[in-house]
Amino acid sequence: MAYNLVVLVKQVPDTKRITGEAMNDDGTVNRSALPAIFNPEDLNALEMALQIKDTHGGTVTVLTMGLPAAAAVLREALYRGADDAILVTDRRCAASDTLATSYILSCAVKKLDYDIVLCGRQAIDGDTAQVGPQLAEKLGITQITYVEALVGLQDRVIETRRNIGNGWQQVRARLPVLLTVVGEANEPRVAAAKRLMKYKKALTPIEVDTLAKTRSDDPSAAARAAKSMAGQLESRGLLITQWDLDDLEADLNWCGQSGSPTKVHRIQSVVLTARQSKDIEPCQAGIDDLIHELISDKVIA
Amino acid sequence: MIDVNRKGQVWVFAEQHRGRLDDTPLELMSKARHLADTLGVQLGALLLGDRVSNLTDKLIHYGADVVYLAEHPLLGAYQTNSYAQVICDLIHKHKPQIVIYGATVVGRDLAPRIASAVKAGLTADCTDLQIGDHKLAKTGEVLQNLLFQIRPAFGGNIIATIINPQRWPQMATVREGVMPMPEPDVKRKGHVVKESVKLSPQELPLDILQEHTRPRKVDLKVARIIVAGGAGVGSKDNFKLVWDLANCLGAAPAATRAAVDLGFIDHDHQVGQTGTTVRPSLYIAVGISGAIQHQAGMAQSQKIIAINNDPDAPIFHIAHYRILGDLNKVVPRMIRAIKEKAIKD
Repeated sequence: MAYNLVVLVKQVPDTKRITGEAMNDDGTVNRSALPAIFNPEDLNALEMALQIKDTHGGTVTVLTMGLPAAAAVLREALYRGADDAILVTDRRCAASDTLATSYILSCAVKKLDYDIVLCGRQAIDGDTAQVGPQLAEKLGITQITYVEALVGLQDRVIETRRNIGNGWQQVRARLPVLLTVVGEANEPRVAAAKRLMKYKKALTPIEVDTLAKTRSDDPSAAARAAKSMAGQLESRGLLITQWDLDDLEADLNWCGQSGSPTKVHRIQSVVLTARQSKDIEPCQAGIDDLIHELISDKVIA
Repeated sequence: MIDVNRKGQVWVFAEQHRGRLDDTPLELMSKARHLADTLGVQLGALLLGDRVSNLTDKLIHYGADVVYLAEHPLLGAYQTNSYAQVICDLIHKHKPQIVIYGATVVGRDLAPRIASAVKAGLTADCTDLQIGDHKLAKTGEVLQNLLFQIRPAFGGNIIATIINPQRWPQMATVREGVMPMPEPDVKRKGHVVKESVKLSPQELPLDILQEHTRPRKVDLKVARIIVAGGAGVGSKDNFKLVWDLANCLGAAPAATRAAVDLGFIDHDHQVGQTGTTVRPSLYIAVGISGAIQHQAGMAQSQKIIAINNDPDAPIFHIAHYRILGDLNKVVPRMIRAIKEKAIKD
């Protein structure tokens, strides 16, 4: 049987590639200088969904919540084989913690038909691994985390192998389920040339508006141009679906800052001193100072 | 969520597998004990399983005042929904102000499910927890005695302190191996509260078909701190220095290929081109000259301390802290400095 597969993806700053250009003079990281990339384990989730589709048929819908620029990862998913892409973007989503994020995503996923929801295990900007399980709870479905292999899928029953750290566990569950997929699960396919040529033209309505405005100074002319452009894209299957919180009929009390129980008390930048080094006297006083420095830098607890 | 409850206890989820307590909840006990004492409340341990009542004494010896014991045949094997259901019920019943979980595979699967169901905040992978005050920017009001949930973020480039001021309990998962294991006190007294458990098959949606676990070998990849010894340590007996330093830091002991070949320690502990590649926050190289094959496996460490009596040792080129001296004197001084610091805190 064919399956409706929904893959949640995130655009993240490439925290692993901190180069000299991404450093401020004081040794802290300039985040805006880091390239924005497809969260690595979300690519593994997408690959697993595409493999299910290749074997059993069905549709792969990719969903992301983020700034308008996050449309870039949706296009990348379309290049690789996703059938549909949805951007959830709304200023009122800003400052959402994992709980508010999972609420907003649950409102979006509930609008879709789904048999299997797939997420990467965690995103490299926060490394929390919380949104997957929280989304599963909000959808009221079974979660299977740390999935490293799909063992079987027949009718409404799925079997997967989980990586449980010091070994593995094979589990069976009835659909619908939410899977969080680890990096070892597969080797994500690259973009297909034909699809890339087609979907590089895919745009979200907000991108269409921006483009129309750069082409005309007259607001009403720009609006007309945007409408016609959007119509043309839609007829060619190149208009990416875009939802805001009103489209989702989300309860704003559970979104953004008001929906987020956790708050930031303080942020401290870790000053990278990779090229600096220091001589420590081997006497007790020198070593005491070293330990003190390591504790105040939070290198040791 | 529950309301702010200043009399609420501090809880630790006492993760067990097949009737054996994991190290992680025991590591959390010393920090949780400290938090509970600061707040003047009791420390509770949350023990779920099938016939696990024999573990309650150990939890009390490690610092618990109360052990909440939830036993049921269906709790024998961990499943997200059944464990989450039982813990949510206990949170609503007893209204703890803080609940801490190890950031283990189970803890990271379970805690977010609970947080979502309870609609409370959760901070992942903390490396430290403290009690402190927070001033609201808008009103200037000071909220006292909140749980400071301290964690690296953004690929380790920032340290964030997170709070959960209103929607309690305040919950966090804590990384394995970042807190030192407390010494058990077999004379400590506490009490056990037996909780009744009602579970329906709905809460057990998984069929666990097979499980294969290796006995827990050292996992250098996840260690935040590594203390590694080289041939310069001299002998297997003397390698005890490496173990002792690692133990008091909650670090993983490791070694160079030369030290492994000399039989100082098992191959599982080998770092380098033919061993494990590691990227800990702190790498302490004891008596390691720093051959390029070894550097290949550890040069990405965020901070490197090198202890060596050879001023020309290549390890000094990549070390952030160079200690030129006799490791037999330096390592005991480090242990003393760490222990004294721990007592002062």
